[in-house]
Amino acid sequence: MSEQPIHFSGEPLGLLPELFLNWFGDRGWSPRPHQLELLARARAGKSALLIAPTGAGKTLAGFLPSLIDLAGRPKRKPGTALRGVHTLYISPLKALAVDIERNLRKPVEEMGLPVTMETRTGDTPSHKRQRQKIAPPDILLTTPEQLALLIASPDAERFFCDLRYVVLDELHSLVISKRGHLLSLGLARLRRFVPSLTAVGLSATVAEPDALRRWLVDQNPPGAMADIVTVAGGAKPEITILETEERVPWAGHSARYAIPKVYEAIRAHRTTLLFVNTRSQAEMLFRELWRVNEDNLPIALHHGSLDVAQRRKVEKAMETNSLRAIVATSTLDLGIDWGDVDLVVHVGAPKGASRLAQRIGRSNHRMDEPSRAILVPANRFEVMECRAALEANYLGAQDTPPLVEGALDVLAQHVLGCACGAPFEADALYEEIRGAEPYAALDRRTFDRIVDFVATGGYALKSYERYARIRKTKDGRWRVSHPRVAQQYRLNVGTIVEAPTLNVRFTRSRGRGSNVRGGPVLGQIEEYFLETLAPGDTFLFAGRVLRFEGIRENECYVSAAAGEDARIPVYAGGKFPLSTYLAGEVRGMLADPDRWKALPEQVSDWLRVQADKSVLPRREDLLVETFPRGNRYYMVAYPFEGRLAHQTLGMLLTRRLERAGGGPLGFVATDYSIAIWALRDMGRMFRMQEYGLETLFDDDMLGDDLEAWLADSWLLKRTFRNCALISGLIEKRHPGQEKTGRQVTVSADLIYDVLRTHEPDHILLQATWSDAATGLLDVRRLGEMLSRIRGRIVHKDLERISPLAVPIMLEIGKEQVPGEANEVLLGETADSLIEEAMGG
Amino acid sequence: MSAVAIVTERGSAVVEIAGERALCDHRGALVFPELGLLAVSDLHLEKGSSFARRGSFLPPYDTAVTLAKLGMLLAEYQPGIVVSLGDSFHDGGGADRMPAVFRDTLVNLMAGRDWYWISGNHDPEPPRVLPGRSATELAVSGLVFRHEPLLGAGRGEIAGHLHPGARIVRRGRSVRRACFASDGERLVMPAFGSLTGTLNVLDRAYAGLFRRDRLMAYMLGAKRIYPIAGHMLVPV
Repeated sequence: MSEQPIHFSGEPLGLLPELFLNWFGDRGWSPRPHQLELLARARAGKSALLIAPTGAGKTLAGFLPSLIDLAGRPKRKPGTALRGVHTLYISPLKALAVDIERNLRKPVEEMGLPVTMETRTGDTPSHKRQRQKIAPPDILLTTPEQLALLIASPDAERFFCDLRYVVLDELHSLVISKRGHLLSLGLARLRRFVPSLTAVGLSATVAEPDALRRWLVDQNPPGAMADIVTVAGGAKPEITILETEERVPWAGHSARYAIPKVYEAIRAHRTTLLFVNTRSQAEMLFRELWRVNEDNLPIALHHGSLDVAQRRKVEKAMETNSLRAIVATSTLDLGIDWGDVDLVVHVGAPKGASRLAQRIGRSNHRMDEPSRAILVPANRFEVMECRAALEANYLGAQDTPPLVEGALDVLAQHVLGCACGAPFEADALYEEIRGAEPYAALDRRTFDRIVDFVATGGYALKSYERYARIRKTKDGRWRVSHPRVAQQYRLNVGTIVEAPTLNVRFTRSRGRGSNVRGGPVLGQIEEYFLETLAPGDTFLFAGRVLRFEGIRENECYVSAAAGEDARIPVYAGGKFPLSTYLAGEVRGMLADPDRWKALPEQVSDWLRVQADKSVLPRREDLLVETFPRGNRYYMVAYPFEGRLAHQTLGMLLTRRLERAGGGPLGFVATDYSIAIWALRDMGRMFRMQEYGLETLFDDDMLGDDLEAWLADSWLLKRTFRNCALISGLIEKRHPGQEKTGRQVTVSADLIYDVLRTHEPDHILLQATWSDAATGLLDVRRLGEMLSRIRGRIVHKDLERISPLAVPIMLEIGKEQVPGEANEVLLGETADSLIEEAMGG
Repeated sequence: MSAVAIVTERGSAVVEIAGERALCDHRGALVFPELGLLAVSDLHLEKGSSFARRGSFLPPYDTAVTLAKLGMLLAEYQPGIVVSLGDSFHDGGGADRMPAVFRDTLVNLMAGRDWYWISGNHDPEPPRVLPGRSATELAVSGLVFRHEPLLGAGRGEIAGHLHPGARIVRRGRSVRRACFASDGERLVMPAFGSLTGTLNVLDRAYAGLFRRDRLMAYMLGAKRIYPIAGHMLVPV
């Protein structure tokens, strides 16, 4: 790293004790300005947010105040009480906590500091955890779940009484999830234990740093903010979009056309990291690369569904630089330092400018050297999206998602956790919780309903009073009614609810249903995918084509299907929806022919033909095209709001068209557009004013229509299951037994149905609804879009399909409408039996 | 086998068990019109309060829902004999715990009928606070009603206990429902209670109970029964 000698006006450098100055000097380094600046704030007792790109020495900056404090602390005299934890470090990943400990050990040992440090994660053996409670280390490195556990223990207050600093790493990734909500509540609790606590947040660049600044400090007074220290970005990355003579496909996500070029790039670099958006894309890319891998380059695969041992092997190989390329999903997104990556290839569109910037940051972990990256769009819309992302990255645009209000299921978990630690007084706990940024707007009624939920389930029918988990005693404080309650709480703490998965076990015996002998486990796969398979179906997993044999208990049996094609496409859509920012940019690009020059010729030609045959919408307009094809009529709209919002829109539009007599048959949604096909000529309906487009797209669809559709939707059921688990309504684990995902799913669905019918206002249904609105349904974004396009809908009634409609028309048939067709399917199956019997 | 299943206008499937004609109602009851007998199995009443005792607060509406459904069926079929095929209560204390209002409802439903409580593994002791007769099994005509199917018993056995469910996969989608399972000799009833799950009829727990080539799953639909042949079913 090329350190510039910095001249300090005495004061900042004066903060560094000689020991530290010498340590920097011995290494030929000098402390960086942001490290000193952060130090100055922390030493003054001010919480602060450090925003810096990868490789800027963020970790050391975060720990410097602690190390200096600890170095100057007088020695504990024998016989005096042991000291509590001095600094708490919290990271989103176990592996990161372990990694940081290793890195931090270096300066501590080299300076000979009297500092003890230890990690505490789910993997820490219980005897070590016990010991840590009696004799805590000075610096404890841990995860949000472990903090929740520590807080729920009766000796929490004593354990944390000497706490001085809390360092929150990768804060930008923590705050957007329910884990972040849980952590914010934990932080509020720590502040009650130690009002003078100083919080240091370490973050990558984000769109709204002020939200993170509020997050770090007590929100009483409302809107209070931590200080901020920002490090300007390092060298600009060199990003290019893959250039090819091959035809860029109209639709799909495979990017097969680009494989030879990608392989060439791998050969020309030391180590290439290839990012994709979904597990299935990773599988596909890995397989295609090995197909052309004539030089037998060591190319590996890394995604969250693979067996842990397999993943560790790949990570080890990365550390020792013995791989030439790794195909990875978001499992490698976070800041773990691995190997000597000199090229990042992003296959498929990055979906967000900030995500792209962070992924590119994985190459060349040195701030002052430019990172190299190649974007590989998989289809024509993605070409525009990549272009937009590329420009955004140069401009430094940020589109990290805005923070959402704290989830109520997490709150319920925390309230029970607090009671497990010590009896609480409702007024005081309410005030404390409102100090946490995500819960700053929590109203008292909702809080009281949550307490009621924790106590007896929160039902209108008060039949569980005598079984209450927490009870209000005479002194007005709530306490746990039985030690068993605390024991159960500890088993179920946390907010990570995995989609139910099954082991994928390899077997040699084929075609014998589930009566097969087991072989090695290849990894885990989501149950909902396996649900759609019948024995004999083939699919891609762990880098090869497998044949589904059957399910036995918690395992899925597969055999080799070499030489066969994978018949069942694993869900191919993007996991991340297109960010609002990029969506706007893509719309802007469509509207402005001047910007087409930056696009490959085949793509700009495509847009020119579209302008000729139909029209290109202006940036804020919504284009709706209608045309006949075959014996059906199609309507294609281009909102560019991402797949989730489009899926919700599709559900609502088809309901409305049904009522208007349009006879819709189905729809398909992509990140960019939505297509509906119907029996009747929708273009004519709109043209003849029989049913207006403005009425069809009126935002009142977000009222009753949404409500009615949701009632039976699997989306809401899946969301409810998560809320039920996190809030403790149903338990993942009982002492001595763990429910399998399957068992949990069944009972959660039953509970959901009963609640919907008998207590639709129940607090947990409310929590489910608001979760779904910001999550799987993306209602918020849909609502914003509907109000944006009011009075700005452009209708083109065409005689035939337009160029812009081709990509989505190619998706039809690949995806199905998840509707309420179950009864129909049952009817068909029963009928086919009759046919068979009558005909045979 | 060429058993074309008949579904009545009211959506029930007509089956024959050991020569006796019966209707599988889509709400989960088995009716023998000639005998004036209606059977339900695995009501699991007071499951909610049973869980609440252990700190899991399931919605406290299960008993009300189950009784309402039972009341509807009794009003429709007017059976003189009712058989509750075991696991009527989720645990031994269920009948005592049942709120008075539900106990009254249940007693009203029982009035004027021969009511048999068959003992189950969840409720081995008869519910003392309720009328009706208790038995470990009941023989009527050529039929034997017992909670757990007995290997080797076979012909004419009507049982519960297993909570049978079945699954089909069609056009890439999977549908799973509770079902009556029968091979014409024996019939295993679906669980009637509102918070009860299912166990796939192809699970090993059913081994030896049915002739596989004659197995039919009468899957419960929203308004009718869907009779599905065993070979069209998918495990788990």
